[in-house]
Amino acid sequence: MNVTNSLKRLRVRRSFKLFRMDRTQITLMILLTAGGVFMILPLVYIFNHALKPYSELFLFPPRIFVQEPTLSNFTEFFVVLRDSTIPITRFLFNSLIVTGIGTFMVIIVSSLCAYPLAKHRFPGHKIAFSIIILSLMFVPEAMQIPRYVVVARLGIMDTYWGHILPHIAAPVSVFLMKQFMDQVPTELLEAGKLDGAREWTVFYRIVMPICMPAVATSAILTFQSIWNDASTSVLFMQNDAMKTFPYFLSTITNNLANQVARQGAAAAAALIMFLPTLIVFLVFQRKVISTMAHSGIK
Amino acid sequence: MQSEIKPAHIPVPDSAVKSRLAGLFREIWKYRLSYLFMAPFAVSFFLFILVPVMAAVGLSFTYFNTIETPRFSGWDNYQFMLSQDVLLLKHALPNTLTFALLVGPGGYIASFLLAWLIAQIPDRVRIWFVLAFYAPSLAGAVVMNIIWQPMLSGDRIGYLNSFLLKMGWIDEPQLWVLDPKYLMMSMVLVTMWSSMGVGFLAMLAGILNVDRQLYEAARIDGIKSRLQEIWYITIPYMKPQMLFASVMAIVGAFKAGDIGEQLSGLKPTPEYAGHTIHNHISDFGLIRYEMGYAAALSVVLLLMIYGFNRLSWRLFGSKGDE
Repeated sequence: MNVTNSLKRLRVRRSFKLFRMDRTQITLMILLTAGGVFMILPLVYIFNHALKPYSELFLFPPRIFVQEPTLSNFTEFFVVLRDSTIPITRFLFNSLIVTGIGTFMVIIVSSLCAYPLAKHRFPGHKIAFSIIILSLMFVPEAMQIPRYVVVARLGIMDTYWGHILPHIAAPVSVFLMKQFMDQVPTELLEAGKLDGAREWTVFYRIVMPICMPAVATSAILTFQSIWNDASTSVLFMQNDAMKTFPYFLSTITNNLANQVARQGAAAAAALIMFLPTLIVFLVFQRKVISTMAHSGIK
Repeated sequence: MQSEIKPAHIPVPDSAVKSRLAGLFREIWKYRLSYLFMAPFAVSFFLFILVPVMAAVGLSFTYFNTIETPRFSGWDNYQFMLSQDVLLLKHALPNTLTFALLVGPGGYIASFLLAWLIAQIPDRVRIWFVLAFYAPSLAGAVVMNIIWQPMLSGDRIGYLNSFLLKMGWIDEPQLWVLDPKYLMMSMVLVTMWSSMGVGFLAMLAGILNVDRQLYEAARIDGIKSRLQEIWYITIPYMKPQMLFASVMAIVGAFKAGDIGEQLSGLKPTPEYAGHTIHNHISDFGLIRYEMGYAAALSVVLLLMIYGFNRLSWRLFGSKGDE
């Protein structure tokens, strides 16, 4: 009896071969899909908005879906580009350099800092961690002017460092990685050390691979915040050639807040601006999910 | 008597202090590698966060209009805040508290539930659900507003109004974002919708991180329902991520401010119904150019956030992780 029953169940499972799901999973998928459709509207909107002709861009109340898609916004965007004194590729290049180096450095610096915070009982580790947590509760507005003074004194105005360095200290990344490193069993590190591994090797070979999900998650966060940040361009860059893409984007629309001109170009630019974030999210989130499915801490 | 005790006592603490200091130095030297690991972060943290925050705290004791040099004014800013700033005491403070107490725990619980549900579905499709639920955070605040404007629009065409009218639950269209009565509710609703942020991602990673053998072991030990699994295995195991998400939820809820102005399209919000402390800070700092007072407000907000974090840590009893 039992054998035939389980055989039957096996056959039922086979019929959903694609995902190999049971019944609860299917119900769940349906419910989540319903919710997900509502949640994903912003993405749908960004894509649709870029394809809207002028007659639809200004509808009130705004519509999410485009009725008569057109590529004219992109043509307009390229006209704007042609007219700008500094080639758009320069802004894009700046943005890529700054975001690429910035994200990489944040990951390295944060994980280096999180490891001793999580695993070493050095004097002052509690205070150090508390200060980092406290700093993330402070509202940035009041810090703007002192921060400007620091950047000016360091002499990094109008350099790439002026974009990158203010982002390097990322309390959220340190906090996130420290929390994941807390979960790494200390015995594992001890075993590594018994085998003759030095502190650096333990960190690089044991802790980092286990904490890949945290690394990927903070990479997503950091990329998102640096890529979208126009404030370093506004505050620390006087030379237009050193400014970044989001700043350029804001110049398309800023001076014409309630005007019609260039709104199409802005919609197209918003999509172009958004695509890298989306790609980075997908790549790194996939990493989070796949490292989980196959390893896990044993 | 006294003269006898004194000479006996003085050398003892002296040598004790000395040996303790020596011990501390020895300890610090032993952990020199730990400090080396932290050095890059420490330097940049000091320059770009600690110094500016300290400067802001210093500015909170001055009158500073961003043009003239700051003039020391002692506790004046704080005194004004507690005794005369009617807008703060009557609107910003209660609004912030209401908003944070609804959105903080609400968003936190919603993120955990969704993260758990998403962890239950098959690996291959999971990423698309994560993308969908993270979409509001990914797309940013501006887009969020455009999605909700048609929903909450105050005329008959607004989706919510037309639905409620059709059902006969209301007789005339309601101004969901312009009526001071409803603005706070709309703000909470929209923020909840977009609250699947970094805490959600961290908790999802934490749930997926739980060793599957633990569940099997627990099943043998007599755990039957999924709820028991969550309570006895998932949550204890992923405590670090839960703590991270709770701190982020509290910080996010208290720092929020733009949402009210974006939804209503007015600055300040109608009858200050959606005026939060964060609005108050940018109002004083960036519009009235009273940086000293804005800094004082930031300090008070920091203290509030810290207080609520302590409270939540005590509630969840995770003192050891602090």
